[in-house]
Amino acid sequence: MAYDKFEILNSTAVPLPIENVDTDQIIPARFLKATERKGFGDNLFRDWRYNGDNTPKSDFVLNNPTYSGKILVGGKNFGSGSSREHAAWAVYDYGFRCVISSFFADIFKGNCLNIGVLPVQVSPEFAAKVFAAIEADPNTEISVNLPEQTVTIVKTGEKESFDINGYKKQNMLNGFDDIDYLNNIKSEISEFAKELPL
Amino acid sequence: MSTKKTLFDKVWDSHVVKHVEDGPDVLFIDRHLVHEVTSPVAFLGIKNRKSGVLFPNKTFATADHNTPTINQHLPVADPLSANQLKALEENAKEYGISHWGLGHEKNGIVHVVGPEYGITQPGATIVCGDSHTSTHGAFGAIAFGIGTSEVEMVLSTQCIMQPKPKKMRINIEGELNFGVTPKDVALYIISQLTTSGATGYFVEYAGDVFENMTMEGRMTVCNLSIEMGARGGMIAPDEKTFEYVKGREFTPTGAAWDKAMAYWKTLKTDEGAEFDKELTFSASDIEPMITYGTNPGMGMGISKSIPNAEDLEGGVATYKKSLGYMAFNEGEDMIGKPIDFVFIGSCTNGRIEDFRAFTSIVKGRKKADNVTAWLVPGSHKVESAIKEEGLLDILTEAGFELREPGCSACLAMNDDKVPAGKLAVSTSNRNFEGRQGPGSRTLLASPLVAAAAAVTGKVTDPRELMKELA
Repeated sequence: MAYDKFEILNSTAVPLPIENVDTDQIIPARFLKATERKGFGDNLFRDWRYNGDNTPKSDFVLNNPTYSGKILVGGKNFGSGSSREHAAWAVYDYGFRCVISSFFADIFKGNCLNIGVLPVQVSPEFAAKVFAAIEADPNTEISVNLPEQTVTIVKTGEKESFDINGYKKQNMLNGFDDIDYLNNIKSEISEFAKELPL
Repeated sequence: MSTKKTLFDKVWDSHVVKHVEDGPDVLFIDRHLVHEVTSPVAFLGIKNRKSGVLFPNKTFATADHNTPTINQHLPVADPLSANQLKALEENAKEYGISHWGLGHEKNGIVHVVGPEYGITQPGATIVCGDSHTSTHGAFGAIAFGIGTSEVEMVLSTQCIMQPKPKKMRINIEGELNFGVTPKDVALYIISQLTTSGATGYFVEYAGDVFENMTMEGRMTVCNLSIEMGARGGMIAPDEKTFEYVKGREFTPTGAAWDKAMAYWKTLKTDEGAEFDKELTFSASDIEPMITYGTNPGMGMGISKSIPNAEDLEGGVATYKKSLGYMAFNEGEDMIGKPIDFVFIGSCTNGRIEDFRAFTSIVKGRKKADNVTAWLVPGSHKVESAIKEEGLLDILTEAGFELREPGCSACLAMNDDKVPAGKLAVSTSNRNFEGRQGPGSRTLLASPLVAAAAAVTGKVTDPRELMKELA
């Protein structure tokens, strides 16, 4: 399913300075029973966000009205664990279009890119600056510029470049996905299949 | 550039349809395994795009994540789970994909049945919407987990788009100590590398320890590759591999077998081929392992005590949060901690050898009264072997019951949930917060450690109970 184009995102950000946030925290397995891609945002960080009786946990950042925005800033090794794309769907469906972290788990990162959430990997030092800026002022704006591949703390002007391969960048800028690409080269694939070693 | 290739290079390069400039490789997939949880949205996608399934005979579907492990002959009680199972059945039927659903004699965990029926073969590229697809690397296949968008890509084009990962080799030489199993080897490696230490890499396991391992042991090790962040792990195929694969339902026969063997024998890393990273450990340093925290990298030898935060590099707050969740303190011993649940099963340790190991310890003993034990075979084939080998009689005599196959309490999508606050010794793969049920606390360990806990009611060094076997 194609997604909205991503060019420049200026937004406040939600800080989650915890390391090794795994996909079971992002969306627990018991919420993976749907057969359609709908409503996963409601269960984003379900067990950190809600008590067993479904009342909100006031100390969790998504329940704190001080913080909001389209950017989620996570600790190191964000998205480890299961390959469930539902984790990326939950992030997107909740309203985030970008996750910033000093390190991403592979599969989560790939899933994000496939559905239109931009994973922005920054240095640990820059991640610390982003967390500090949000702590100092929850209304601080972060600017993520995909064409230039930069992320900027608007207030201070502190800026860092991030990597993304050219192909994926074009996809994000245009709202294309890999499925479109592959469907267009099916005949080439079928020819290749005849030449396999076994 | 060196023309010497690693095992990984050989398999990867032979499956690259094309390289996208400044982008990923288009990788051809030989075998696609599908289960009920990560596939429905992919099938919706091919319906919406009207793209169809390009090679239905290369995709195999089984129901495992969301299935009950008792009374499988009855209708599934949870309407959402039942709906997902029905969707898989209907999608498989519509697109002509083989489907081993609930109640089918070949049903079981996707990564257990793949090898059992010869779907898993050396040199193949294998994907599944499940991160433990790395299991199949034990056969010298490139196998890894994918997201649902990629499941759709494989259904409609038999390809995915992936940048080629970096290569790491992990060597372990020497002989394993008494009571040390493949699970301990894997938990040891992960504890050394951390849960993200191999992110971006594809791992080859090499050396005496892996050469001497059974195929089932190799599957356990490769299965856990993802727990250190690696996309997958693989072991060069050898006589043991060929012997295992031979004669299974989907294994080639006759001339095709000879052709396959000739090719499979070339699948090893060339002398002098380069890896981006190479690590070497000594078998003698490994003892039975147990985890104490909330990721698989937080493991240690069972006789050791929980590390102090200040002795670790960075991440003190996260470390303390993790121990807080587990209700453990720095410096505590794990041995002697009372436990509530034991789970043996999963794609990590749900095969026949795991049940043999478990049974070897509980034989002649009794399940501790304070322990609820869930014994869940990885497949019907494993279940049958447990019965045929007489293990079930021993287990029953010791006070254990056998459940029906499925992923079960490994991810607790079905009713097999460890209650909040309870402590479980599990042979599965993840000890994340709430993984085995909201608020549950998990200690990952081998089937031997699980068995020792099951009969003593507390964390126990299995070697203490194995002395008479030595």
